Amino acid sequence: MTELIEEYQLLAAFWMTIKLTAYSAVISLVLGTILAIMRVSPVRIFEWVGTTYVTLLRNTPLTLIVLFCSLGLWGQLGIELASRESDTFIVDNGFRLAVLGLSVYHAAFVCEALRSGVNTIPLGQAEAARSIGLTFSQSMTQVILPQAFRGAITPLGNVLIALTKNTTVVAAIGVAETAYRMKAIAEFEPALLMLGFAVVALGFVILTLPMGMLTSYLSARLAVKR
Amino acid sequence: MSEDATGFPEPSTEPLVVLENVNKHFGDLHVLQDINLTVHRGEVVVVIGPSGSGKSTLCRTINRLETYESGSITIGGETLPQEGKALARLRADVGMVFQSFNLFSHKTILENVTMGPTKVRGVKSAAAKKRAMELLERVGVAHQAAKYPAQLSGGQQQRVAIARSLAMEPTVMLFDEPTSALDPEMINEVLDVMVELAKSGMTMIVVTHEMGFARKAADRVVFMSDGAILEENTPEEFFTNPQTDRAKDFLGKILTH
Ligand SMILES: Nc1ncnc2c1ncn2[C@@H]1O[C@H](COP(=O)(O)OP(=O)(O)O)[C@@H](O)[C@H]1O
Ligand SMILES: [Mg+2]
Repeated sequence: MTELIEEYQLLAAFWMTIKLTAYSAVISLVLGTILAIMRVSPVRIFEWVGTTYVTLLRNTPLTLIVLFCSLGLWGQLGIELASRESDTFIVDNGFRLAVLGLSVYHAAFVCEALRSGVNTIPLGQAEAARSIGLTFSQSMTQVILPQAFRGAITPLGNVLIALTKNTTVVAAIGVAETAYRMKAIAEFEPALLMLGFAVVALGFVILTLPMGMLTSYLSARLAVKR
Repeated sequence: MSEDATGFPEPSTEPLVVLENVNKHFGDLHVLQDINLTVHRGEVVVVIGPSGSGKSTLCRTINRLETYESGSITIGGETLPQEGKALARLRADVGMVFQSFNLFSHKTILENVTMGPTKVRGVKSAAAKKRAMELLERVGVAHQAAKYPAQLSGGQQQRVAIARSLAMEPTVMLFDEPTSALDPEMINEVLDVMVELAKSGMTMIVVTHEMGFARKAADRVVFMSDGAILEENTPEEFFTNPQTDRAKDFLGKILTH
């Protein structure tokens, strides 16, 4: 088993999974927050853009989005996210395109999670914020978003867990994460395939289980008492 | 400011809040019908009327939580703009106290009171805290400053809400049934604060059915029914000698309770 892990660089593969998850989580959180603000904003066009984005991205298969980033953005349009001069161009470019695809997709789900958080806030909170003279952006940052995040910890945690598992999709564009290594095992070491599956599955459980536990703990801890 | 025998200052003759021919619909419902109302600086006006007659909408229209279709509303001669930063700035001068308190649930009592001054007026944190503690002292909840709203009784929360409004140093304060959500034993602690405010010369528009408060503190009672103002009179005159049948009918109902 140690041999399997070493030979097929499973540790490195899991490290890649963690990196993909971490970068995509941060970017999709920021993007999803912006989308959520757009969707509750009084400006019609922003609301429309936010709603359209979520509808489109949420209903498109992730594989398609990731393939589009690689084949479409890079292959067809020549958009590169790393310097050609760099020795690690292929790896970096692939990684960043993968993060891009994962982020834009999961941002739609972050947006929806936050909106469910916004829906837990009584209307009077926003009215009180406006009536003491806070502007729209101030009432967002001071009153609505802090309460929305606290109310959305569980759904946000679910998005994070889904994201962690969904990173396996980027094997499709050759990023050397766990699913990509699994394919190599299947090809060269069919006898160890079952063991490989077990190791990888266990690895994902080790990653996602604490996420679930942490979010339940935080959501109980940080819940807004009304 | 001169005072009459009761310790309440006489209102000035300077118009502060002026509504002229204000009309508003909710779909087919004509919720505000040609409303004309002038509130002078230092005046306390009580708005009374059956449920659904448009009292809350009137309050909310004055500080533009609701829009209106025609007519004009000015505060200190200025019309509140439609939206944006300019509206926020002018709205800061109009205090609003809600039936359901609406304290910011994720902030402490002290933070609830300092948020407006620091974020809207740019007051330094230390100065805002000092002023907030004075106001909390004035409404009698200073010892709860570090708690969260959910830890306070309704009466305490409403007094904090009044302090939060006062912290903005408003030129006029709107109260929308501030004691309706309270248990009976807490009503007076809130009314006492409001009476004290009236004595201090604050301009107030108060939607309430508390006749004791109206008799004690109001300069004028406005009776609304079905979206229109039917009567305006001194509390004494209104309660003892209502002019319209609807006011008589309404008073008959609330007095028998
Ligand atoms: N946002 C709204 N949309 C539609 N109708 C409303 C809305 N707010 C209030 N109304 C209606 O307008 C009327 C007046 O309401 P309101 O101003 O709350 O009356 P009051 O405060 O005197 O009880 C009621 O019939 C109410 O149902
Ligand atoms: Mg009402």
